[in-house]
Amino acid sequence: MLNPHKIREDFPILKREINDYPLIYFDSAATSQKPRQVIAVIKQFYESCNANIHRAVYTISQEASELYEDAHEDAAKFINADGTEEVIFVRGTTEAINLVAYAWGLHNLEREDEVLVTLMEHHSNMIPWEIISKIKGFQVKYVEVNDDGTLNYESFEELISDRTKIVCLAHVSNVTGVINDVKRIAKTAHEHDSLVLVDGAQSVPHLAVDVKDLDVDFLAFSGHKMLGPTGIGVLYGKREILDEMEPFHGGGSMVADVAFDTVTRRCSFSLNDLPWKFEGGTPNICGGVGLMAAMKYLKDIGMENVREHEEVLTKYAIRRMQECEKVKIYGPKDPSLTCGMIPFTVEGLSSHDVALFLDSYGVMIRSGFHCAQPLHEKFKLKSSDRASFYIYNTREEIDRLVEFLKEIEQF
Amino acid sequence: MSSVEDYVARIEETCGEEKHFIVVFKYEVKNKVIAKILERAKVEKSFSQIVFELTFGSVSFRLYGTGKAIFRSLRDKEELHKVLVDLLL
Repeated sequence: MLNPHKIREDFPILKREINDYPLIYFDSAATSQKPRQVIAVIKQFYESCNANIHRAVYTISQEASELYEDAHEDAAKFINADGTEEVIFVRGTTEAINLVAYAWGLHNLEREDEVLVTLMEHHSNMIPWEIISKIKGFQVKYVEVNDDGTLNYESFEELISDRTKIVCLAHVSNVTGVINDVKRIAKTAHEHDSLVLVDGAQSVPHLAVDVKDLDVDFLAFSGHKMLGPTGIGVLYGKREILDEMEPFHGGGSMVADVAFDTVTRRCSFSLNDLPWKFEGGTPNICGGVGLMAAMKYLKDIGMENVREHEEVLTKYAIRRMQECEKVKIYGPKDPSLTCGMIPFTVEGLSSHDVALFLDSYGVMIRSGFHCAQPLHEKFKLKSSDRASFYIYNTREEIDRLVEFLKEIEQF
Repeated sequence: MSSVEDYVARIEETCGEEKHFIVVFKYEVKNKVIAKILERAKVEKSFSQIVFELTFGSVSFRLYGTGKAIFRSLRDKEELHKVLVDLLL
């Protein structure tokens, strides 16, 4: 089992004080903090081998290219993909999903088709499909969520049909932390010849995710939620699907050859190999290198240990928070069904008041809709608070949270 | 002549059904701002100098000792600006 007290030594920001209180960071579901190992790699990159990648012959460009390619290789290994051809670097989960919606959806979805999305999705896995639906005229259908926040598998079974062309769902809900049975969904979807896109923004940082075992067609995740820098993320796609897909961003790097026809006065082009076909323009090179360091950090700890720590911490937090009379916790209370976060409200106070109050004591939590408005409507909530945990959080921090929640109850 | 901008660092409009405005006062003048607001608004309730429940005319809001305030039930930023003018200037 990991030792969070030892891990904390690697996170300089956790030494900060806010309003004269030690910083307690419970918003890792929004973005994680960065260990000094990741910060050092970013600094070292800019100080020693910063150059644009590919098609330059000089030394530091080749060093940068190698690092960026190594990062793809490590990302592929991290999720057990077949190789770097299946791993496209993007800005983050949102861009990854948009890439699929535009580069696959625009060219493969027709009026009679249907896209299944769940009601627990982050807006970034709903809105791209609604946008493309307006252009192509297909139906977007929403899979129901149960009152306890778990996915309604009966609703999914009822909605899926041979008209379904892609099922889009979160592996882990960003509001309740509910872990969805992606393997079960993928099996059923494939029986209907539908593809499966998984939003792994809240799962890849916290669980051992194996794309082959899950048998998903696409997996999207963000570097910044897994100790890496912002502005870098990954889209995994099965090679045969990516091969058939049209490009997303046109520009440099994504083309192998461009020719100008003097008769037609038009350009023709051939596409670069995977994954570069989807990485038009100068990418976030240093972001990729930072992500590689973050993945190494997590790998050294072991994803099983990350999971175990968060499960134990969540169980403890639920038990302690239930001592608070006015605190209501949403979602399943069984931490084996969820992943490192607790959504809650405090009776008589808006979520923002709770967050501002806790901020006075140096406790950082998220308040609002968490970009999942339909799920809040389902729970009949105007907004909620969310405490989310990671490898550097401790029981002592949860004790402090409960202490402050008990104080706010008196107001 | 001073303006609201001399005191306010940023304004966040919260998402959701209930529109709230969170006003973050400039750190270097936050104590002056808090004193001024407590002088002009009516304190309905307070908790250990951490949070004050206040009313100012028909407007109710909470002020935090950290130099942040949350205004509820205001129509828009224009109305918020008018309230801030009356509270701060």
